[in-house]
Amino acid sequence: MRASICETQDDSAIRMKNTPIVGTSVPRMEGRDKVTGHARYVDDMVLPGMLYGATVRSSIPRGKIKKFTFDPAIDWNEFVIVSPKDIPGTNCIALIEDDQPCLADGMVNHPEEALLLLAHPDRHLLAKAVERVSVEYDPLPAIFTVEESEALSQLIWGADNTFKSYLIEKGDVDAVWQNAAHIVEGEYTTGAQEQLYIENNGMIAAFDPQQGLTVWGSLQCPYYIHKALMKLFDLPADRVRVVQMETGGAFGGKEEYPSMIAAHAALLARKSGKPVKIIYDRMEDMTATTKRHPSRTRHRTAVSKDGQILGGEIDFTIDGGAYKTLSPVVLSRGAIHAGGSYFWPSVRIRAKAVATNAPPHGAFRGFGAPQSLFALERHMDHIAQVVGLSPVEIRRRNFLKPGQTTTTGQSVNEEIDLDKLLDRALKLSDYHAKKEKFAKENRQTTRKKGMGIAAFLHGAGFTGSGERYLGSVVGVEACANGSLRILVSSTEFGQGTNTVLCQIVAEALDLNYEDVSIAQPDTRVVPNSGPTVASRTVMVVGKLVQSAALGIKKTLNASGLLGDSYSPEEFRAACRDYVVKHGKLRSLAQYEQPDDIVWDEEKYRGSAYAAFAWAVYIAEVTVDLTAYNVTVDDFVALQEIGKVLHPVLAKGQIIGGVAQGIGFALYEKVIWEKGRMQNGQMTNYIMPTSADLPPIRVYFEELGNVHGAFGAKGIGELPMDGPAPAIINAVEDALRVPFHSIPLLPEDIFAALSERAVTEGVLPSARGSE
Amino acid sequence: MTDSSKDRAKCAISFTVNGKLETVHAYPMERLLDVLRHDLALTGTKEGCGEGECGSCSVLIDGMLVNSCLIPVLQANGEKIVTIEGLASDGRLQALQQSFLAWGGAQCGICTPGMILAAHHLLNKKPLPSLEEIREGLSGNLCRCTGYAQIVEAVAEAARRGATT
Repeated sequence: MRASICETQDDSAIRMKNTPIVGTSVPRMEGRDKVTGHARYVDDMVLPGMLYGATVRSSIPRGKIKKFTFDPAIDWNEFVIVSPKDIPGTNCIALIEDDQPCLADGMVNHPEEALLLLAHPDRHLLAKAVERVSVEYDPLPAIFTVEESEALSQLIWGADNTFKSYLIEKGDVDAVWQNAAHIVEGEYTTGAQEQLYIENNGMIAAFDPQQGLTVWGSLQCPYYIHKALMKLFDLPADRVRVVQMETGGAFGGKEEYPSMIAAHAALLARKSGKPVKIIYDRMEDMTATTKRHPSRTRHRTAVSKDGQILGGEIDFTIDGGAYKTLSPVVLSRGAIHAGGSYFWPSVRIRAKAVATNAPPHGAFRGFGAPQSLFALERHMDHIAQVVGLSPVEIRRRNFLKPGQTTTTGQSVNEEIDLDKLLDRALKLSDYHAKKEKFAKENRQTTRKKGMGIAAFLHGAGFTGSGERYLGSVVGVEACANGSLRILVSSTEFGQGTNTVLCQIVAEALDLNYEDVSIAQPDTRVVPNSGPTVASRTVMVVGKLVQSAALGIKKTLNASGLLGDSYSPEEFRAACRDYVVKHGKLRSLAQYEQPDDIVWDEEKYRGSAYAAFAWAVYIAEVTVDLTAYNVTVDDFVALQEIGKVLHPVLAKGQIIGGVAQGIGFALYEKVIWEKGRMQNGQMTNYIMPTSADLPPIRVYFEELGNVHGAFGAKGIGELPMDGPAPAIINAVEDALRVPFHSIPLLPEDIFAALSERAVTEGVLPSARGSE
Repeated sequence: MTDSSKDRAKCAISFTVNGKLETVHAYPMERLLDVLRHDLALTGTKEGCGEGECGSCSVLIDGMLVNSCLIPVLQANGEKIVTIEGLASDGRLQALQQSFLAWGGAQCGICTPGMILAAHHLLNKKPLPSLEEIREGLSGNLCRCTGYAQIVEAVAEAARRGATT
């Protein structure tokens, strides 16, 4: 990686500084606006003459559209109505494959699919008008589960209902079964999960025949929307502009669907000639937009007598919903993480994403990894039982070690010591003493307590060659007052993008944090530094921003305006002088793949990620057998994430991720009925409140990382992976009953215990061949 | 469904917001949330769920913490309302706001105005709450980013520093 325009040296030279900025908790860049209520979100923005827009949606999962009827009691002349024939370009939301229409044209493939758009100056009337459009269909049979999709009971997508499949192979797995002391099988499933950002989705669009199209909205990826609008409107790049407003949470949920809403607002704006605002209400947001992919994982593992994994087959299947959208990429990450932080001498991972007649599932923090890691970490406990080892010991005997290779053949080339990480987590959680204590006390109480472990990893940045294809560009420029401004399309939605990128530039140039600002993401102003996803911003974009910053210094040095040593004020003066003399001072940097990252897309082998973050999480739970509910009493989250650039923000990411993981495990259940979410409200889809969560104790190890800014790795998604398996392992420890599916609700525990009461023995299904 | 027929249903409603007397012409059953945001441009009050579950639209009416999405504006007639915009005075952050900044209590910021008002209300009732009481006191306000811990720390710190004095 190096600056491609202002050429710079690598940043490896260590500088002595009196006041480090990286590693300290400076105030959040936009924090003051957020605590005073002045931060501007899309719904806070009003344009003159603005109309409100709304979407008429399908009420059936699959069928042909016969006819629309507009209730004559309404004067429809007051409304702007958009149908597919108003689309000037291609009727699709361009992403990976252009299979998802912007407006369904003739055929409906899932409930809540967009059919028509309405706009009106009064949003109260608009909501009523949507209900007065009735749609007649010729319904077609629909499918709703992975099993129905696999059985091809209806063909709803392509030749075989399969969006994508992968095969990852290492060693000769067919040879291991014969000599295995144990062959351990298990099937594990995870449910859909709603991102539940507190700010609903929203967009404003304005169209000018000369200038083109502008949209402002709540979003993660400005250039995804830019690409989708160019295709939909058949416009060149310079006539589409996308601006991110302050964004009230995203978690992946504002990665791909905002392109749809931007498209809808833009179509209404073009037809009406007025700006149009579309803000979803909570139910529309929950029922119509993406959720975490439901998954099913099957493990078959060959294990030696002393508990070493010899090899295994892993089948990982996700429900993609009705269109392809991002499912291939989610599937890829889930498949690569399916072997977790263990050494597999041989493995065969088959992964596929299948179609069902539900709204497309999509990006959500962890992106496939929480699903496959839930299965693996439950399965490890299962193997431990079959072999007769403890959950601690089975992990120790199989941990990846430096020099060994992952399932894709990537060599672990950092000095990670998972044994040591595990030891520290055991100590912090007082694991052994508590296990012993609970085992005794559980016999005399209906409040059964247990301890559960999850050990795991999470790859930071895009998978394989993703970053190379992306070729992200970032910029840093000097302002007239001598301060610096960062130009990236990376977005802030709570994680701390603004703050940490400014810290990196200040640190790289020995400036004060206050000397650096960051531009509002606006495709007319900032280059394409890629989407804000995949835990890539600090590690990948941060490193580029560091390079670009050094480019500014080099230019000032070369122009004779700045000496080798300088104060922040001298640097500002040099910038001011440069701008006066030469006009613009801007430095760009573009990503170049390091030589040691080699990936074979065909065979799915090689360096899947530039870096892995590693973690051991331990949950302590109580299962109350009077109400059958589970409470998490204590939670230790220990991780190695390279250098911690901002302790408060990093801790906030971990705690927030663990809280979502607890929701994923114990609370958040999407109730489906014919492909439609039935509990699309905060009153009946339950996320944890402040009264529900345990103390979440966060600890870091810092090994560093050669590929990230100041040694940082990505951390945003990691904490989503571990809580669910740690908690369900702890529930099993408390009850001695295995559970294989999440979310695990009190009724599920009640059902399992009732079943146990009538059947003798609770050993999980396994086949020993000793 | 014409503009004139709607206008006939509107009435004049007066209340004090952040110390200032305001008169609005609104439908009596219009949500206080919408009147604050649209008629008075006080957009610091946020909508999260529209059904009183998330607390993002929390405001104080005569010192009581309410969800403004559940309050018909007529009910606010003659009342004293405080929104997030009324907390900082002359650009100076209140102790709670400073504490949220320092302790990481605000991430995406969308729940923050409601959360700060809920905390403000709690500390008015109970100046030195225990951590348990803070968690209980804020349990009507949902946050998806923080897992609440840094919010609870921020409130505890503000209380130690005498936020309400």
